[in-house]
Amino acid sequence: MSSKIKILVPVKRVIDAALKPRINKTKTGIESQGVKFSINPFDDIAVEEACKIRKNNKGLVESIHAVTIGSTKAKEVLRTALARGADTSTLIEINEDKQIEPLAVSKILKKIVEKEGSNFVILGKQAIDDDSNQVGQMLAGLLGWSQATNAAKIIIENDNLIKVEREIDGGVEVIEAPLPIVITTDLRLNEPKFIKLPMMMKAKKKPLGVLKPEDLNVEINDRLETISLDVPPTRKAGVMVKNVDELISKLKELEKQA
Amino acid sequence: MLRLFTRSTRNIPLCQRFSSTLTADKYPNIKRGDFGKINDEDINHFSKILSPNQLITDSNDITGYNQDWMKKYIGQSKLVLKPKTTEQVSEILKYCNQRKLAVVPQGGNTGLVGGSVPVFDEIVISLASMNNIRSFDQSSGILKVDAGVILENADNYLSENGYIFPLDLGAKGSCFVGGNVATNAGGLRLLRYGSLHGSVLGLEVVLADGTIYNSMHSLRKDNTGYDLKQLFIGSEGSLGIITGVSILCPARPKSVNVAFLGLENYEQVTKCFQKAKSELGEILSAFEFMDKDSQLLAAQTLKTTHPLCQDDIEGIESVPEYPFYVLLETSGSNKEHDDIKLEKFLEDVMESEIVVDGTVSQDEQQLKTLWTWREGIAEASQQFGGVYKYDVSLPLDSMYKLVESVKERLNELELSSTEDNKKPVYEAVGYGHIGDGNLHLNVAVREYNKEVEKALEPFVYEFIESHKGSISAEHGLGFQKKNYIKYSKSETEINMMKDLKKHYDPNGILNPYKYI
Repeated sequence: MSSKIKILVPVKRVIDAALKPRINKTKTGIESQGVKFSINPFDDIAVEEACKIRKNNKGLVESIHAVTIGSTKAKEVLRTALARGADTSTLIEINEDKQIEPLAVSKILKKIVEKEGSNFVILGKQAIDDDSNQVGQMLAGLLGWSQATNAAKIIIENDNLIKVEREIDGGVEVIEAPLPIVITTDLRLNEPKFIKLPMMMKAKKKPLGVLKPEDLNVEINDRLETISLDVPPTRKAGVMVKNVDELISKLKELEKQA
Repeated sequence: MLRLFTRSTRNIPLCQRFSSTLTADKYPNIKRGDFGKINDEDINHFSKILSPNQLITDSNDITGYNQDWMKKYIGQSKLVLKPKTTEQVSEILKYCNQRKLAVVPQGGNTGLVGGSVPVFDEIVISLASMNNIRSFDQSSGILKVDAGVILENADNYLSENGYIFPLDLGAKGSCFVGGNVATNAGGLRLLRYGSLHGSVLGLEVVLADGTIYNSMHSLRKDNTGYDLKQLFIGSEGSLGIITGVSILCPARPKSVNVAFLGLENYEQVTKCFQKAKSELGEILSAFEFMDKDSQLLAAQTLKTTHPLCQDDIEGIESVPEYPFYVLLETSGSNKEHDDIKLEKFLEDVMESEIVVDGTVSQDEQQLKTLWTWREGIAEASQQFGGVYKYDVSLPLDSMYKLVESVKERLNELELSSTEDNKKPVYEAVGYGHIGDGNLHLNVAVREYNKEVEKALEPFVYEFIESHKGSISAEHGLGFQKKNYIKYSKSETEINMMKDLKKHYDPNGILNPYKYI
């Protein structure tokens, strides 16, 4: 291998995946008061995979850097990434109630890639809060790099060649690409392990830098407007029918209504 | 729901083989009491009180009501009644009392001592159809429910209102609130929220003669006369049938953390508990310990990777070599505050080498997974056919000695082996609520047999008596421990209990052959 791999893992702090999100009173977003936040599960998989790549390919990975965009509270997801095995991290600090759009995220990440000299970006295929599924692709586009989305398996082939398997209908698609590359992770890639206490303690001493978007000369412009949020209509209760005749007449009735 | 307690539907041939033994045949010394026998006239009478679908007489449909979930106790009831209102319960009991028909009240039937299933042909009165939430007061947190509301449903309802049920246990997906109160269930959060004797504010109970005792009020303080409701909490259906519960519920904690730790010996477990109490203080909400063998059992049914294993292996191979494990939970109202306290505590116990390994849940999913390694032990204990369960209170320092003594005894008698399928016992494991001085000793067996029973009883009870413990910390007496109450209670106490029973149930129709 000629060049060493420098991994960048962007992570996001989101409402815990196991909780049911509630729409806020003004119907402009999700209620975030008194709700548990955790690292986006797909991003957790990305951090785990970065650490696995380092473990399974001795001497190949030079560094793993984790980055997140959010309020100071987002530091906790960086700590999770550091405890899992990332070496260093950066928080791009924005206002707590600021929603930042995928394109702006990608622009910021591009700057971080340049700043850190990364040649391998691995991140979740989407964040479970807005389910945009855009950042990985946009980032690859902005950088002009190869991209492999929804990775179910990553194999580091010899001499600068990355092989990525993605699950598609009826089989597996295999993509091969050289560095530099952006990879987004699917659920199948790995199952993040429990983090041991000594790692958590070490993580507290690892570097966590803080920057503002202005420091990176990125201007954040909103291009999207959320009109209103609503929960899907609840399903109507079922009706019991006594026999086939009644079933048929009920179906006819429903057809008329529709 | 990961923690939903599933009644084992797995095929266990051994269990089925031994499940055919009726309780009455297994214990020939127990004779049927002088009770009336159900005739057509009785059925007719009940049909007038209840609608046809509230009456079960088909023997296939009754099977589930006749046996406990461990299939250890099997009765021969021919009639199940499912009243929908307190008045119906009252009319049923009034009639049964006149006719001297024995009854057994039944909730979710998740009991562990055979208390909720018939021994002979007692009528089963199931509270399953009384399952309405009556009211909830948002400002005081007082919840009033029918006895047949499933614990998890009550908790989910409270959760939507920002409150929590002050009781949580492995069987929450099946057990009924009424049954919880009738058995004074302890569970996983007693350490934090105290016993039901404190949180229950009032009850609605139907007495043996059909009288309805109603104290379903919402008073936190009430010093007028004897506190009668306390009599029914933990009475296991021997004094009356609980039909309604009024209970004080605390605000739901906004921040919950779970740590899972590995320790080198039992002494470190107690040291860790002391440290947790002093450093975590009011946010400590559970402190559970498990021995290694209990984790090996759980690994075989959970079939996932143990939380403290770092490799990609599953099941029994993934359980590390620590003799003891601790699951510690904190619940509070402020995440930053809790995190700082927990971090500091964990640093301290790691540095002082009380704890040698550990992890903390990073999200809700992990939190639930960690709990399965504690809550899964009960079900895992009977995967080989059955389980003898002992639930005892003991002073902390002698608590684990009981497990060691039982292991030793079973080995000496050559009854136990994890490999040899011909031995009746697979393994004896210990786990439980260190916070409450409550040990669960589970003897996982391949079959229920007299030899094992003789090896365990009265050995276990004598050990407890000599160490000044209680033979039942939270599971109750039921059928299993009726004859052993003398190991925990004096003659005077037992006589007072018998007087009460005679007074409120002179014909002895309520849950006979059990309790005292």
